[in-house]
Amino acid sequence: MAKKKFVVGCFDDEEVLFPAVKKVRTAGYKIHDVYTPFAVHGLDHALGLRETSLHTAGFIYGITGTSTALGGISWILAKDWPLNFGGKPHFALPAWIPITFELTVLFAAVGMVLTFCYLCQLAPFVKKHHFHARATDDLFVMVIECTEKTNAEDLKAFLAASGAVETDIQVAEDGWWLGRYDKDEILFENKQTVAA
Amino acid sequence: MLRRSYAKASANKAEQRTKVDSIKNTIPPQAGWTNKQDQMHLKYESQLREPLVNGAKTYHQVTEDIIRPIEAKPSRLWYIGFYIAVALLLFGIYSIYRDVTYGIGQWNLNKTVGWGWDITNFVWWVGIGHAGTLISAILLLFRQGWRTGVNRAAEAMTIFAVMCAGQFPIWHMGRVWMAFFVLPYPNTRGPLWVNFNSPLLWDVFAISTYFTVSLLFWYSGLIPDLATVRDRAFTKLRKRLYGIVSFGWTGSTKHWQRHESLSLVLAGLSTPLVLSVHTIVSFDFATSVIPGWHTTIFPPYFVAGAIFSGFAMVQTLMVIIRKVFEMEDYITLGHIEAMNKVIVLTGSIVGIAYLTELFMGWYSQNKFEGYTFWYSRANLFSPYGWSYWGMMACNVLSPQIFWFRKMRRNLFVTFFMSIIVNIGMWFERFVIIVTSLYRDYLPSSWSVYYSPTIWEIGFYAGTFGLFFTCFFLFAKYFPVIAVAEIKYVLKTTGESYKDKMGHLEHVAPEVFAHSGHGHTIVENTGAAN
Repeated sequence: MAKKKFVVGCFDDEEVLFPAVKKVRTAGYKIHDVYTPFAVHGLDHALGLRETSLHTAGFIYGITGTSTALGGISWILAKDWPLNFGGKPHFALPAWIPITFELTVLFAAVGMVLTFCYLCQLAPFVKKHHFHARATDDLFVMVIECTEKTNAEDLKAFLAASGAVETDIQVAEDGWWLGRYDKDEILFENKQTVAA
Repeated sequence: MLRRSYAKASANKAEQRTKVDSIKNTIPPQAGWTNKQDQMHLKYESQLREPLVNGAKTYHQVTEDIIRPIEAKPSRLWYIGFYIAVALLLFGIYSIYRDVTYGIGQWNLNKTVGWGWDITNFVWWVGIGHAGTLISAILLLFRQGWRTGVNRAAEAMTIFAVMCAGQFPIWHMGRVWMAFFVLPYPNTRGPLWVNFNSPLLWDVFAISTYFTVSLLFWYSGLIPDLATVRDRAFTKLRKRLYGIVSFGWTGSTKHWQRHESLSLVLAGLSTPLVLSVHTIVSFDFATSVIPGWHTTIFPPYFVAGAIFSGFAMVQTLMVIIRKVFEMEDYITLGHIEAMNKVIVLTGSIVGIAYLTELFMGWYSQNKFEGYTFWYSRANLFSPYGWSYWGMMACNVLSPQIFWFRKMRRNLFVTFFMSIIVNIGMWFERFVIIVTSLYRDYLPSSWSVYYSPTIWEIGFYAGTFGLFFTCFFLFAKYFPVIAVAEIKYVLKTTGESYKDKMGHLEHVAPEVFAHSGHGHTIVENTGAAN
């Protein structure tokens, strides 16, 4: 378990958040993440994140579905067990369009959702450290990772000056583990203890 | 007309004018989005558009309003409704038990009417199951902001409706323990594979794919909202259970970015999917040589009918939900009106299809077609003529009332009409199936008047039980409105925020474009999911 030290600043308005992100980045701090209650458009660019390639994965899964359907059906109906349906050709491509389409969609959708869950480490029974309970309600929670050179108190003050309504310092596990949300595992130190 | 209802925006016009002037002077060109104040982050919505969220809401208030029903004890009404639904479900299970034990002779199907209420109900439920994906996928691609208020419940409805629909072909098999024969696998019968050229097998693939994709779409949208419930849970059990179902969602920016991409691609996939499903259902009929089924207009006609009945069912549920859960601020009259517009449009498309069929029945000069359309259906005094005219009255004539704005915004009329449309669409499927079947090519095999037995009706009632049991549980344990999506559109379309943006309408385009809005408008071309 790799615990790290973070400085957390909470913003209650995205209009304040955006300039703050810019200021913090210009000042040279490394923003670990910003946790938001909804998808704030443009925030990924403001943080300098690259575009996701999830849709490319979706395309590949879709093509896999198409080939599975076409390959499977043509092998079955034209090679493995050719049946005579009213004298029609064994290789009846137009009649296979519906199933080919359905399998394309099915493979793409299932594949993408699984990839999404894998990339974001989402699964039942997965637990992560949450920097603020209101990050899923109404706060935009900016988390900055501290290096040995970071003066956490200064950074806190800097965030407050940039418009953060709440700031604190947390030492936390930044990965995921299997756990229960109704129990506080001692995977991270209580933030009050650290602040004291 | 919208202007009239939204007149209060112009009431403080004078005040806005002066604001505009001062803003023109204060905004330095090229200020970029570091100049904060009003609105750097959102695209601008015209004042002509009605607000999608009424009242002065903050993000927190949105959470409160939508999550509250989950945290509160269910009302008496909820328990009454839930128990009625469970009772219906149990009766349905008993009806199916009779069917499995004694065979489908328990239903009154006979020599020519081999498909009766069962397949009627199947098509009816599948049709209803189209609105959810239509709202969440097609309206997302068309950037219809009002979908955010209703998509969650509509998607849930879709999933439950498809579950109900699936029961009918399965139990109609009679020897249901052989149901796995529809699966394509190298079996011990040859291997005799399934017939991939058959529309009935296409249906197996279409319905199961549709169910799976709808479920994934719905659940991936739910994860952030379930995390919201988890993070504000004050009982241990709730914290634990919602902790499990929210998959450890944190709200990380990267995760949101991927979530957006996922939603957009799933919407893109679901759009042709939703059209394909009812198209394939219509192929079950259209590829046969039965008069009344053998027509090329079936796919578009079925899809329009599906959207029509699906929206009617959404209306039925929404009118109740907004009242019971006090969500009038989120499911506004504007939402209801938008859906009524879809109903009058699709109802009229269906009407044109009916008339086209009648015309072709005469124009083709095919005796059998003519007999089916002009005697078995359009003749009120033929054995099933009543069902044809019931269908016409419910689906084509009565929805025309929605050409009037007053009617579209009237809750009582909306609720009443939504029931009427659902009845009408059931009649449509009954008409298509029974009036084409009860008299076939050989008069000696014409059957006696077909009417269902109590067990056939019980099966149908049972699917209502299944549907409403699921829906009551959903309404109690899940956020019935997409919380994160409402927050996303709140500052563009919330009433109190819109009021503050009125002055932008007077800002010259050059000033507007250089004050940072131009930048954000480009940012916001993504979908509002």
